[in-house]
Amino acid sequence: MKIIVCIKQVPDTSEVRINPETNTLIRDGVPSIINPFDLHAVEAALSIKDALNAEVTVLTMGPPQAEVSLKEVIAMGADAAVLLTDRAFAGSDTWATAYTLAAAIKFLGADIVLCGKQAIDGDTAQVGPAIAEFMDIPHISYVSKIESISGDSITVRRLMDEGYDIVEAPLPVLLTVVKELNQPRMASLKGKMRAKKLEIRRLTYKDLSLDENNLGLKGSPTRVKNIFAPEMKKDRIVIGGTPEEQTDELISILKAIKCI
Amino acid sequence: MQIKVDRELCTGCQTCITSCPYDAIAMSEDDKATINEYCQLCRACMSACPEGAIKEYNDSPVQIKQGDLSAYNGVLVFAEQRDGHIANVAFELLSAGRRLADTLGNVSLSAALFGTDEAAASELIKWGADTVYLCDDGALTRFNDEPYAELLSKIITEHKPEIVLAGATAVGRSFFPRVAARLHAGLTADCTSLEIEEGTRNLLAIRPAFGGNIMATIMCPDTRPQMATVRPKVMKTGSYDVDRKGEIIKIERPAKASRTKVVDVVKDDSLFNISLQDAEVIVSGGRGLGGAKGFEMLKELAALLSGTLGASRAAVDEGWIQYGHQVGQTGKTVCPKIYIACGISGAVQHMVGMQSSDIIVAINKNPEAPIFNIANYGIVGDLYEVIPLAIKKIKEDRGGRGI
Repeated sequence: MKIIVCIKQVPDTSEVRINPETNTLIRDGVPSIINPFDLHAVEAALSIKDALNAEVTVLTMGPPQAEVSLKEVIAMGADAAVLLTDRAFAGSDTWATAYTLAAAIKFLGADIVLCGKQAIDGDTAQVGPAIAEFMDIPHISYVSKIESISGDSITVRRLMDEGYDIVEAPLPVLLTVVKELNQPRMASLKGKMRAKKLEIRRLTYKDLSLDENNLGLKGSPTRVKNIFAPEMKKDRIVIGGTPEEQTDELISILKAIKCI
Repeated sequence: MQIKVDRELCTGCQTCITSCPYDAIAMSEDDKATINEYCQLCRACMSACPEGAIKEYNDSPVQIKQGDLSAYNGVLVFAEQRDGHIANVAFELLSAGRRLADTLGNVSLSAALFGTDEAAASELIKWGADTVYLCDDGALTRFNDEPYAELLSKIITEHKPEIVLAGATAVGRSFFPRVAARLHAGLTADCTSLEIEEGTRNLLAIRPAFGGNIMATIMCPDTRPQMATVRPKVMKTGSYDVDRKGEIIKIERPAKASRTKVVDVVKDDSLFNISLQDAEVIVSGGRGLGGAKGFEMLKELAALLSGTLGASRAAVDEGWIQYGHQVGQTGKTVCPKIYIACGISGAVQHMVGMQSSDIIVAINKNPEAPIFNIANYGIVGDLYEVIPLAIKKIKEDRGGRGI
């Protein structure tokens, strides 16, 4: 069985702040990390590998510096790593990103494709399902538990807004996973040694059968018109006094909006 | 279009690097800034560069050809149903869709509804739809990506709406990307505001990004339809008119059999049967609760207020409460009338999930806690004094009748 895990290198958004005067992000010293949801996808792939003897390949599309993230996943136990990198991919939105990744996955071959639910920089959750569409395979979003898996089908829990669904799909299939699914493992010492030595395979535009008009900026329907700072809440009121007085104030707020 | 650095003018000051939200600028070996493939054309670097060395170049005149853009007309709303009942977000979208249709000038507002009956379809008309495309196949009552994507793609291809909207719910966010991929359409996720650009008819879709640290305006100038998912409870519902007339057009069931099968649907009643996203009142707890017991107390208050229970990631990670209650970037995004944050310090990731609540009350011992920056009412104090007192007083108010 062949499994491909798609990961994205992202800025750690918890450390990103905005400069209110210039409306730009202050990125000084903000580290790049593997998108946290993707680590759960990696763990899912590795546990399937442990159970079913699968081969796990980690794939990312990005600039050469994304190799660091691929090596981290090798250190966790993935078998191979592929970096999809080319100037022709520059400016890709989710549509062009999914189109390109799908071509690479078809080229490499996979029975199961795993993605994190969404990336924490864009929060779109669009690339996973769109890859499945381009590959013409089914997908299941928000997987919170793998109920059973065999050589030709999989049954999972899909986390929904009011509970969960049990969903069955034949392989090949693409899954996007939520954090509840598992606890990502740490890199092993042996893995780290392997990651150090391992040559990362690079794929470019030339290696894949791609329509140039669908790549990068050219293939991307969406444009970022502008970015700006979110509005902050105004009229902040601090409720002081004894706990008794604070409670009374809380209750009068609740009454004012007819909660009680 | 492309953004490039004029190497003659670049002094190597690196100001642009810190301004870039996408980590798309690096220094080359000769100390000049270069823009790499992470660039999203947000132009943040252009205004940041003190030398004016970063410029737009229009080297690749437009691109995706989808025939005549003006052939696309009107607004289509995907109306989600759960168990045959239309989800509230569908009514919100009809109201937002009506406003967009009016701004565009006398275009029609239609809705797509799958897996339920004509009675539900006529509700959509009373809430403002002119036309409802209904597929009443009972197999579609349970959400399934492939048939939903097939039907919606077909409706769009036949009727060519210029704008297509869905709720940014588990359903909308799962199958809309497939439709957008199939139609080569631009899709903007989780929008909090929608406008029409004057003069061009382009949809301006505004959404938070980078964990809510910035807002971005996204548009699709060269393609139709323009698709977007909209966060529930951000748009207000419009007016309901029992006498409103419209047309219900039945559509055939999907031609292809779905490869995925939904075997079972399980409701999670640990959430009091009120989903976080629909709740008007959320009482939420964080690390300051100190243990799972604290949630028992919050649950009692939530029940008294007919609300539901939320949690920060810290509390979920501690194992005090299930993940289904988690609010924030890696959990749910909520927008209740009132959000009572108890012992939550206010990590950015938590705040992006709840900052659009109408009223935020924060109770925390630490006056420096960041949650107070976004709270309308801040109570610096011990939640183990305030919450039990509040529970007692509310009960007394009701003459000891409890709920």
